[in-house]
Amino acid sequence: MDHLVASLADGLLLGFVYGLAAMGLTLIFGVMDVINLAHGPLIALGMFGLLLFAGANGLGLHPYVALMLVAIVGLIFGVIIYYIAVRRVLDAPHLSSLLATFSINMMIIGVGTAVFTTSPQNVEFSLGSLQLGSVTLLGTRLVAALIALFVTAMLYLFLYRTPPGKAIRAVANNRAAAELMGIPSDQTLALSFGIGAMLAMLSGGLIATFFSFSILSGSVYELKSFVIVVLGGLGNPTGALLGGLILGALEGIVPTFMPVSWVPVIEFVLFVVILLVRPSGLLGER
Amino acid sequence: MNSWKYPAFWIALLLVIIGGLLPVITGSNIMRENMFLILLSVALASSLNILLGYAGYVSFGHIVFFGVGGYIGFYLLAVQNTPLWLAIIAGGIASAVLAWLLGAAILRLRGAYFALATIGVNEAVRTFINNFGPLGGPIGMEVNFSIYRQYGGAATMQWTTYWIVLGLTIAAIVLSYAVKFSRFGLGLMAIREDEDAAMVMGVRTPSAKTMAYVLSAIIPGMMGVIFFFRNSSIEPHEAFRLTRSIEMIVMVMLGGQGTVQGPLVGAALYEAIRSFLLTSPLFKDLQLAFAGLLLLLIILFVPSGVVGWLRSRYRKLWRVLE
Repeated sequence: MDHLVASLADGLLLGFVYGLAAMGLTLIFGVMDVINLAHGPLIALGMFGLLLFAGANGLGLHPYVALMLVAIVGLIFGVIIYYIAVRRVLDAPHLSSLLATFSINMMIIGVGTAVFTTSPQNVEFSLGSLQLGSVTLLGTRLVAALIALFVTAMLYLFLYRTPPGKAIRAVANNRAAAELMGIPSDQTLALSFGIGAMLAMLSGGLIATFFSFSILSGSVYELKSFVIVVLGGLGNPTGALLGGLILGALEGIVPTFMPVSWVPVIEFVLFVVILLVRPSGLLGER
Repeated sequence: MNSWKYPAFWIALLLVIIGGLLPVITGSNIMRENMFLILLSVALASSLNILLGYAGYVSFGHIVFFGVGGYIGFYLLAVQNTPLWLAIIAGGIASAVLAWLLGAAILRLRGAYFALATIGVNEAVRTFINNFGPLGGPIGMEVNFSIYRQYGGAATMQWTTYWIVLGLTIAAIVLSYAVKFSRFGLGLMAIREDEDAAMVMGVRTPSAKTMAYVLSAIIPGMMGVIFFFRNSSIEPHEAFRLTRSIEMIVMVMLGGQGTVQGPLVGAALYEAIRSFLLTSPLFKDLQLAFAGLLLLLIILFVPSGVVGWLRSRYRKLWRVLE
């Protein structure tokens, strides 16, 4: 029983970080109807960003300062990707935007493999642990979950209380109408793609504070993000956080009574079933 | 139907046959192995084109049929010691049945949702087999080399399987052409343009889509059996590699989706470019990045692919390009 609680708590903490990654994916889909297949490599870039800024061979900054730099780089990088690859295919059939973002995926992985190789890396960093009764929480994971929550709150403030955030919601709602109201839709879309990429890289940076990684590890988290996004409903950021927690809980509970390698099987079966039964997600209307 | 009189079809067929016979003429084994990969890609791309190009449904996880066919066939060959031809047919049937069952469920989804579902299915099957003991789990299965003795030794087996692949590739081209010029194919293209309108006009969309899915799954399933039999081993990451699935889409796009010759041209071009990049010292490490750049350029500037672009540019070529 203690084991179950400890495992569940650990899973839930991870769930916040997964949710943050998925939020990046779902935001982009919600605003411009594009599934960003470069999501995984962006997460991996976030990991390497942390390594470069905070690692012993890099700038050697404090990891959480480095994380801020990672976020800024992510925002800029996302905007660049939007202007190069996404902008021209927004009105084309789905296949075009899927493949355009996938081409970015290939380029990042290709260059990343050449530069960083595929051998695993890790950032040496520890914050001790917190003892709550019989449950031990790792400091880095606890802080990561808190940061993920904080970023989510900031995202909501941004989307609901600031003019550019409101513009993003207007464009998501109806692009033509937003343009008629004088909202510069092109810049707004670029900003949303930038924020989506930023969230992906940020979550990658957070994951890098407690797991080892390689340039290829992004794809695992990309697939997790797909599952989460479908659980929560495509285009729904709150749903993404909820989906992340569900996935985290699953990853915490399942290994206590089944071999851990069955976790992805359950995740993907759940993913397909949810798509079939409730494509609008658990929170969406029927 | 007099569509068989179009030169376009015969040109496509001739290209495959000439290409397929090249290794015999030169007698080179390296040539044969290269040609094997090209023919495999042509067959996979042509099959995918039936769903992607004609019906407009983007299957991102189409490699699941290659993998499932491969696994079923390999199991029969390695464990049950079934003859090769029977294993190939079993692989094809297994893929077709899977497509039929899946199709009834996931083809209700449209656009991005369908694409996501196909990724999910591929990953679900891959992770399941990764855990499934009877099929070897994460290590997969191997055949003992002595199995090739039944087929006249490894050298003869390589030629035999090469001929089968050539035959299946021709079958894929014929199938692709036959579908395109049938009533059924017209229905698929109506679905691609506007599914609701097609339904109103009397196309039975659910059964037409399922049929297209099944047809696009059979040959990849059979190819999987041959590929892994030749490879002498099979393992989940190799059989259900998502990247290969997306390469299939790139080939179709490169040549021109919705055309019969497109996947043929696209697959050959893609393999040529890849082998160039892999062997050139300058690009070796960056081969994936260059393939990505190429893909991006195609999508942005020639979305209809080589064949589609030529067709729209030179109307005189309409009879020979299809």
